[in-house]
Amino acid sequence: MSWFDKLMPSRVRSDSRNRGSVPEGLWVKCDSCTNVLYGADLERNNNVCPRCGYHRRIRARERLEMLLDVDPRIEIGAGLEPVDQLKFRDTKKYRDRLAQAAKNSDEKDALVAIHGAVKGMPVVAAAFEYEFMAGSMGSVVGEKFVRAAETSLQHNATLICFSASGGARMQEALLSLFQMAKTSSALAQLARRGVPYISVLTDPTMGGVSASFAMLGDIVMAEPRALIGFAGPRVIEQTVRETLPDGFQRSEFLLEHGAIDMIVDRREMRDNIAQIIAQLTGQPSPPDHSVPPASASMEQTISG
Amino acid sequence: MNTSYLEFEQPIADLRARIDELSTATDDVDIDLAEEITKLQTKCNKLTESIFAKLDPWQVSQVARHPNRPFALDYIKAIFTEFKELHGDRAFADDPAIVGGLARLNGQAVAILGQQKGRDTKEKLLRNFGMPKPEGYRKALRIMKLAEKFKLPLITLIDTPGAYPGIGAEERGQSEAIARNLMTLADLRTPVICTVIGEGGSGGALAIGVGDRINMMQYSTYSVISPEGCASILWKSADKAPDAAEAMGITSGRLKELNLIDRIISEPLGGAHRDHQAAAAALRDTLVDDLGNLSSMLIDDLINRRSEKLRNYGEYKDS
Repeated sequence: MSWFDKLMPSRVRSDSRNRGSVPEGLWVKCDSCTNVLYGADLERNNNVCPRCGYHRRIRARERLEMLLDVDPRIEIGAGLEPVDQLKFRDTKKYRDRLAQAAKNSDEKDALVAIHGAVKGMPVVAAAFEYEFMAGSMGSVVGEKFVRAAETSLQHNATLICFSASGGARMQEALLSLFQMAKTSSALAQLARRGVPYISVLTDPTMGGVSASFAMLGDIVMAEPRALIGFAGPRVIEQTVRETLPDGFQRSEFLLEHGAIDMIVDRREMRDNIAQIIAQLTGQPSPPDHSVPPASASMEQTISG
Repeated sequence: MNTSYLEFEQPIADLRARIDELSTATDDVDIDLAEEITKLQTKCNKLTESIFAKLDPWQVSQVARHPNRPFALDYIKAIFTEFKELHGDRAFADDPAIVGGLARLNGQAVAILGQQKGRDTKEKLLRNFGMPKPEGYRKALRIMKLAEKFKLPLITLIDTPGAYPGIGAEERGQSEAIARNLMTLADLRTPVICTVIGEGGSGGALAIGVGDRINMMQYSTYSVISPEGCASILWKSADKAPDAAEAMGITSGRLKELNLIDRIISEPLGGAHRDHQAAAAALRDTLVDDLGNLSSMLIDDLINRRSEKLRNYGEYKDS
């Protein structure tokens, strides 16, 4: 807990459960410029620091809320739950880690997928929940991604995925590695049928997620300053025993090296995605700045 | 001590040394030790059998990484004819950690891909310890497309600790290179037979590991991360690698149980490194058999079956 949070009465502290989500406290310190910000301002600004443009990590449902039209919204694979096939145990049991992650995040696993629309155009959008075991990919994430891709195919709806993941989930061992093949195979079918897939890389997108569906978008975009790569910076540093170059594995570095198409500010994300979908699917230009009402709660609007 | 013996093989090494000693003695003096040698030989085989019958996953990974174990080019030389190695990704470089080319198996033209490790220091460095870089995956991609274009079955031999964690590899788009191969292999319109011959390390292995048949040599391993890597992240200590190896279930037997691989190829007594020819013969039989089965299928059926196989990876509950 920072000095600033300690000064706050516990009632208004943003407790660790909600780190990276809409802050509950009245005042929040920006992790990047350390300016103290009014929570409501930050929320209005899509959790981007109004002072320095730092993009805070956000929750999966908040992410989808920012993108999708209020109606229709049908959640995909809401009943999927992880199982501990290997009876995996490190310093803790995998089962206990799962229970803890579910409690921390209010999600059953690390991906949320919704069949909906962006400015009236049908889409299937998936977003990672980083609070669930660092957004790691196990069998449930793989299965849900594939179901999302299949729904896309079935309805000829653009697939959009917001990645935020540490990579494959070690506790599911080879099962999790093979999710890379499973998800990539689903995208091969989308590609064959000409259904667009837009991949948005957010902080962080690493390992097995980066080396499968995250990098396979027809369009690959990233939020500013997101950490994106295959091997983690510490592992690389230990291997090559060199200091890493400035900005290594950040969005701007990837753009410079030709790895991604563009960097898009979160506040412009919905408009940009809408325009690209329209361009790729032969539709007229969508109206600008039609923002979905931030007040609509997901509980009320999600059915199925 | 013979360095080609692993720690848990020491009793075998001692016995072997005794046999060698007696064999030399026979040359010198005029006594017949043949009976004694035969007896020790039998004992040695029995001992090897019993030690190898109950290897733990960490010991298996030592065998999988054994420096004398046959590497991709050893198998290629022993199993295929007319091997024409093809080089380069046509964009940046030729990565010696991945080898590939055209050849014949049992008279039939095929394309081959494999990760290649080195045996001595110089070759280890040249091959980057079998850790491919983006240009390696892109050379592989080129050969995959070539195989598809000319209707050549693709045979891959997997043996890598993993992708190379280097600055240049990240700069040149390691993630994209691996991802592209996964998507390409998923619907490559030709039979694809993958065999883990040594270490199946993570994304680097999977980049040439998606296919119609997934085989493992008996003492090879396949995992999402190395036991050392897993241990240092989850146990905060690389010394716990044996525990991590156990927990992840990296052996052919365990992965067959989990239905993640199709076939285990038996290795000669004491592991493939004790008898390269016998190991190659076993691999060859499997490849010929797989090839026969897959070649008779209609290509659309083959692709549908492959998609179905990939679709079914994973264990979860759906309420």
